[in-house]
Amino acid sequence: MNKILSRRQLSENVYMMQVEAPLISSERRPGQFIILSLSDDYAERIPLTIADADPAKGSITIIFQAVGKTTKDLSRLNVGDSIANLVGPLGNPTHIEKFGTVVCVGGGIGVAPMHPIAQGMKKAGNKLIVIIGARSKDLVILEDEMRAIADELIICTDDGSYGRKALVTEPLKELCERNPKPDLAVAIGPPIMMKFCASTTRPYNVHTLVSLNTIMVDGTGMCGGCRVTVGKETKFVCVDGPEFDGHLVDFDNMMKRLNSYKMQEKHIDEKECKLDSEIEKARTHQ
Amino acid sequence: MSTEGHVQHTPEELADLAKKQLASLLSKNEPLKPKDRLAIPPQEMPAQAPKARIGNMSEVALGYSAEQAKLESLRCIQCKNAPCIEGCPVIIDIPGFVKAIAEDDYQKAIDIIKRNSLLPAVCGRVCPQETQCQEKCTVGKSLKDAEKSVSIGRLERFVADWERENGKMKTPEVKPDTGKKVAVIGSGPASLVVAADVRREGHAVTIFEAFHKPGGVMIYGIPEFRLPKKIVQMEIDTLTAMGVEIKTNFVIGRTRKLRDLIDKDGFRAVFVGTGAGLPKFMNIEGENLVGVFSANEYLTRSNLMKAYDKERAHTPIYASKKVAVLGGGNVAMDSARTAVRLGAEEVHIIYRRTEKEMPARIEEIAHAKEEGVIFHILENAKRFIGNEYGCVTQVECLRYELGEPDSSGRRRPVEIKGSEFIMDFDTVIVAIGNDSNPLIKQTTNGLNTTKWGNIIVDETQKTSIDRVFAGGDIVLGAATVILAMGEGRRAAKSINELLANEK
Ligand SMILES: Cc1cc2nc3c(=O)[nH]c(=O)nc-3n(C[C@H](O)[C@H](O)[C@H](O)COP(=O)(O)OP(=O)(O)OC[C@H]3O[C@@H](n4cnc5c(N)ncnc54)[C@H](O)[C@@H]3O)c2cc1C
Ligand code: FES
Repeated sequence: MNKILSRRQLSENVYMMQVEAPLISSERRPGQFIILSLSDDYAERIPLTIADADPAKGSITIIFQAVGKTTKDLSRLNVGDSIANLVGPLGNPTHIEKFGTVVCVGGGIGVAPMHPIAQGMKKAGNKLIVIIGARSKDLVILEDEMRAIADELIICTDDGSYGRKALVTEPLKELCERNPKPDLAVAIGPPIMMKFCASTTRPYNVHTLVSLNTIMVDGTGMCGGCRVTVGKETKFVCVDGPEFDGHLVDFDNMMKRLNSYKMQEKHIDEKECKLDSEIEKARTHQ
Repeated sequence: MSTEGHVQHTPEELADLAKKQLASLLSKNEPLKPKDRLAIPPQEMPAQAPKARIGNMSEVALGYSAEQAKLESLRCIQCKNAPCIEGCPVIIDIPGFVKAIAEDDYQKAIDIIKRNSLLPAVCGRVCPQETQCQEKCTVGKSLKDAEKSVSIGRLERFVADWERENGKMKTPEVKPDTGKKVAVIGSGPASLVVAADVRREGHAVTIFEAFHKPGGVMIYGIPEFRLPKKIVQMEIDTLTAMGVEIKTNFVIGRTRKLRDLIDKDGFRAVFVGTGAGLPKFMNIEGENLVGVFSANEYLTRSNLMKAYDKERAHTPIYASKKVAVLGGGNVAMDSARTAVRLGAEEVHIIYRRTEKEMPARIEEIAHAKEEGVIFHILENAKRFIGNEYGCVTQVECLRYELGEPDSSGRRRPVEIKGSEFIMDFDTVIVAIGNDSNPLIKQTTNGLNTTKWGNIIVDETQKTSIDRVFAGGDIVLGAATVILAMGEGRRAAKSINELLANEK
């Protein structure tokens, strides 16, 4: 049982919670995630990235979008309530060192897991450029936190309601064309965004890390439900990842696998599903 | 298979029949001679009828009636050399407990079993008796049919169920606290035995389990219809009653490193029983298509997350029409039979060798057939074919024939060139085995393993690290519940000796 210490709504359906988890908060490193479930018997286990941790307080911060059954139920919990099961930190930490110039691209909710990585990259002495992408102004999260650490911050919205009216790939391309070009790009966000970030940097040979959020069950390498194809090899995201070379990931296969149960989840959340696929469609067309 | 094609009796019919058989046997009122014993008909296990059981998740085998148990136990001729004991990995005094059942002293029977085995209700259900105790049974040999051996496993289950259902389960006595702490990693059968045996000596025991429920494969792998979860839960409750602490949602190597348990947390010894949880895939084309699953994933969704209960469970499970299960072990049978229960129209088992080589328990194979699972032997998948949505739609297979015996003594399957053919499937479950999970090894320097990742131990189950012991599937590779328990017992003995000798 992990107690919820604070809860804040960041935008229409994005929530931030501080959760009691003393061991995880001291062991976790940027890039790692947890798996949680809301009851022992019938609940689903879902992975969420650790956005931040406060070892002194013994807490971790999670940021999530209430889209599925579990995240919606989670969003309805209040301070003082408990999360039945929470396990972590899982996955490999981000490899952080001084690369030179690092571009961190966070799309939507992906800005949350990006924050500790950006922090780490900055601390390691990198020049830090952050690109935040969101559909509209009210969906931009962690702007102040990112501004505080970034040498350069670029905000893009799909509808132009804030920052540039552009997809994140536009400024990313410009940065790749700069001299010197970035030494590393890290992209976290919807799969389609990561796919296009990878294809943007590929011609410039800018090494690009992506953090994959696949379907998971155990998170310890036991089920293979999280597997992805990376450079023709099968990898398990929970133990081999979650970060991979974006230029080698088979995103199309990954996106299809993510949708494995969409048809069946339909009866739970028909509307959401349609919305999701429409957004995806719209984005692929852009 | 001998069970094929025979008429299945209802449990009531079997009980009635047994009553009559027993009455006529006892009416003679004289000691039974071996000849009389051999003439007693082997008792059939009452089971849910196939048509009924494919619509539910409840246990298939229902257990002997008292008369059936008595008749079956009377079949034992109490031969002097008792080869069955040799066949038992934990050396249970089999003739002893069988005789106690024949004398209606169930308490004595269960006490005899429990001297050597902690989990008889589990082992009575899932042990591969036909290749262990029952393979050696003199009765089977005399009748020239191993399937006519005394049904030792069913008798074991009978007394274990009697004990549980009549509230006779006792919490073992625990010696006064020694103030010494032992960590047990994983909560499968190996770990449960270590926890019980070490706790009995008065040491404090903490179990660390990665999942949100303890029990290991017995909880997340083996389905309810073969091993009811409440049986496993009661064993775990007994441990808790003994004062064993269970920390779920705790991954050693991630939440805490193994070495920290000793160096920082004050544990005097650690037992690693993390099992063989790394699903093997075939590395063939199309393996990552939507609709292709490891058996571990499929079974965990159904068993641990209860996805079969579609009304209540939040975890989805793939809705399938035509399912191919690759493999011939218990895991393959469990997957196939789960798919049947989840409503698949057709379920096919595809296996490279012949039925004789299938590692699954004979009873599981028979049950799968009764439930309509279609068997393809001497065939294997070559590649998976998908549609434009990335979903699997077909499997290309290849035919095989048996060649020379390999190192395991099983005849090696050899592919027949040019024998490719294609079958339609919307779901594929890969059940070709498990390797050991590398997480502990990767996060613990100095822990020696084989090239397959199995932890290397000496004859006391000690690993290359001081105070660290290991056992079960992580040492043996995917094996059995009983072998895991045997290793646990040995490890516990070593841990207890180590702690007894220090202040
Ligand atoms: C579907 C299926 C059917 C089977 N059928 C039979 C059968 O009929 N008869 C039979 O005898 N055997 C059967 N087996 C095999 C048998 O279940 C295993 O041999 C036995 O359970 C092994 O026991 P174990 O104690 O080594 O580990 P397991 O039962 O594998 O348990 C290991 C536990 O350790 C946990 N763990 C792993 N890593 C960590 C970590 N880093 N930190 C904390 N916890 C961790 C796991 O979550 C798991 O709960 C079957 C196996 C499967 C998968
Ligand atoms: S989530 Fe099960 S192997 Fe990765």
